[in-house]
Amino acid sequence: MSSHQPPTLTTPERPSAVRRPGSSHASAWGRGFLVKLVLLAAVDALGVYGVLAAWNAESHGLMAVLLVLLVVANWVYFSRRALPLKYILPGLIFLLVFQIFVVLYTGWVAFTNYGDGHNSPKGQAVEALLVQNERRVEESPAYPLTVVADDEELGFAILTDSGQVRVGTSEQPLEDAPDAEVADGVVTTVPGYEVLPRQAVIERQAEVTTLRVPVSPDPEDGSIRTQDARSGYVYLSALEYDETADTMTDVVTGTVYRPNDDGQFEAEDGSTLGVGWRVFVGVDNFVTAFADARYATPFVKILAWTVAFAVLSVVTTFLLGLFLAITFNDPRLHGRRIYRTLLILPYAIPGFLAALLWSGLLNRRFGFINDVLLGGAEIGWLTDPTLAKLSVLGVNLWLGFPYMFLICTGALQSIPGDVMEAARIDGAGRWRTWRSITLPLLLVSTTPLLISSFAFNFNNFTLIYMLTGGGPRFQDASVPLGHTDILISMVYAVSGVDGSAPKNYGLASALSIVVFLIVATVSAIAFKRTRSLEEIN
Amino acid sequence: MATSAPAVPARRRMTPRRYMSELGWRHLVGVVAVVYAGFPLVYVISASLSERGTLTGSNDLFSQVSIANYEALGDTYFWTWVANTLIIAVVTGVGTVLMGAAAAYAFSRFRFSGRRAGLTALLIIQMFPQMLAFVAIFLLLLGIGNVVPELGLNSKLALICVYLGGALGVNTFLMYGFFNTVPRELDEAAKIDGATHGQIYWTIILRLVSPILAVVGLLSFIATFGEFIIARVVLQSEANWTLAVGLYGWVSALLEANWGLFAAGAVISALPVLALFLFLQKYIVGGLTAGSVKG
Repeated sequence: MSSHQPPTLTTPERPSAVRRPGSSHASAWGRGFLVKLVLLAAVDALGVYGVLAAWNAESHGLMAVLLVLLVVANWVYFSRRALPLKYILPGLIFLLVFQIFVVLYTGWVAFTNYGDGHNSPKGQAVEALLVQNERRVEESPAYPLTVVADDEELGFAILTDSGQVRVGTSEQPLEDAPDAEVADGVVTTVPGYEVLPRQAVIERQAEVTTLRVPVSPDPEDGSIRTQDARSGYVYLSALEYDETADTMTDVVTGTVYRPNDDGQFEAEDGSTLGVGWRVFVGVDNFVTAFADARYATPFVKILAWTVAFAVLSVVTTFLLGLFLAITFNDPRLHGRRIYRTLLILPYAIPGFLAALLWSGLLNRRFGFINDVLLGGAEIGWLTDPTLAKLSVLGVNLWLGFPYMFLICTGALQSIPGDVMEAARIDGAGRWRTWRSITLPLLLVSTTPLLISSFAFNFNNFTLIYMLTGGGPRFQDASVPLGHTDILISMVYAVSGVDGSAPKNYGLASALSIVVFLIVATVSAIAFKRTRSLEEIN
Repeated sequence: MATSAPAVPARRRMTPRRYMSELGWRHLVGVVAVVYAGFPLVYVISASLSERGTLTGSNDLFSQVSIANYEALGDTYFWTWVANTLIIAVVTGVGTVLMGAAAAYAFSRFRFSGRRAGLTALLIIQMFPQMLAFVAIFLLLLGIGNVVPELGLNSKLALICVYLGGALGVNTFLMYGFFNTVPRELDEAAKIDGATHGQIYWTIILRLVSPILAVVGLLSFIATFGEFIIARVVLQSEANWTLAVGLYGWVSALLEANWGLFAAGAVISALPVLALFLFLQKYIVGGLTAGSVKG
């Protein structure tokens, strides 16, 4: 490509050089330059803020990414060379972060056991284990304790044996507060904090009794907790982490836990500690999806239904749309415009509203269809496995036929009249013309749209989720999946982001990859075939 | 309804039989189709005007006409959701147009190394629907939120950013084809007159391609308006929800009791999209067809 470039297009300096030597859009003090300067200054300010925030949060990956983006942005907009990038960069950054990165990240998560019990890197898991297994140290002294608040955040101030006052919150480990005042062996004021009155303490009792204030930044030093808001005790973890041996030891029972391949600490007898960490599990998630009966059985059923749903949706909507397009394609027909406007109404309603509306219409006991049209019959349109599938297809037909009607009308009208005339002169009858001329031409222009429609319906989450919620449920499934679930809603259910099932990001991501592969393959093949179809015609 | 009026054959009178076989049946089909397409809409309007606001109470069409349900919307988060949805959809629409048009301009007007590869890459990337990656989006925002809470989970701004991530993939092709139809001679002439590439872009090209900008903006607005899965995953507190998330909540919890409220909300939230659609039908349909065929 670059070898053919016409020089005038890539050297923006040239025209300006003609005007005024040495000036260019990149530095001339015109209005555009000032706008650019202000925008970039704003971007830089936000970027620097982001970098500092990332530095504070010790999020080094994010910081590096932000720095690189900042440098690139400044280079692109102040250099004279990166002309095309000046136009592509804004969109490109969003594309890189929120599309390409998330796709790659999906790929990475698919090979890990990220999910409930394996939420964090190992270091954080160790900390969480130490904190969760804290208990009061026997015979430990009781410190006089005062509940304080820093804005809304609660904290404790304690009086140590040596008469020092120490104060902290759940985020802020205990530190000395030399300026605090003590009266009758109780802390009464602490600078920077507000001492909570008794009444407020009682109101927030639940918060106070679950609050833990770390003694020091090291979780092994334990924390201060209280039961009565008057005296605090030191709590120490019943577990002890040995960094060099990488083992957890239960100091009470003496059991030693070692890390296993699944990202958990495991004892000799096979028992494990509750909190694990993320590890690579290879293709385990894919194996689970295809081989573990809990997932594989529903997966196969759901895959079959997804394909059937997507294909049938396209076919039914296309046929009805085509039929209506032919019906209204007679120029002698009065009121064509009115028909057309009324018929596209379902398409102009946002899909989620339509799905919710139909879920009410099809309600088993009170819905309009059963109650009024069918005279009080209690037909389980959305609760019977077969009927639910038919209902989903029916509702999608209602939603989708106007679109097909519109594109078929457009395609029919764009078929050149001379072709039809030639066919008539050659003696082709109505049916013959339709079959050999109209339909092939129609398919050429609509096939790409039919493929897009297939891909859209393959992932038509909104319809399924809002109409049936995937139900009725499979009887045997331990996972919340049902007869009308399609792959994308299965991914949603398995991921557990809505809290209805244990979170399993790894498996959900693996399933996403499978869905993507299916859609991509179908699209690729179909597009390839249409291109050849176009060439033939 | 105007459609049910008998159509009088245009010039020559046809025999009734011939009329039926050529035109009459078309009206018959038309009326049936209009009833099929329209009755749920008539129903929802009636339900929204029903006084009792229950699912059963909504089955006698127009037996009561009251605006109680519409008034009751004021006691809920509904108007907050409307505002959220409009803000998110408008900002996303505008951002999509600006970024997509800029990229399409670059691909259409400049020749640079990596141009062809870039176009091909976009074609492939757009095949991966962003919603499939909702788990990764959730985790990414979780991570960003630890650093910059304004861009983390439960932020409308973060949701807009996520939507803008899809801006290039889907729309650049649609626009690229259209940009190519604007003759290059125009920008060459301007260039000779001393216009910079920025001036050419903002003052010449963008005006000439305004129909496609309208189409892309509209499609983006409508898509964002109805997007559910990512909005549901990202926005967590009720005050930040969009209409799709909020109305789903009403219907899924206590369907029976909230039905009138939902119906009223549905009527109001369908209006902006419906209006856009009916006024700009031609553009939207043209854009749909043109874009996909070229893509």
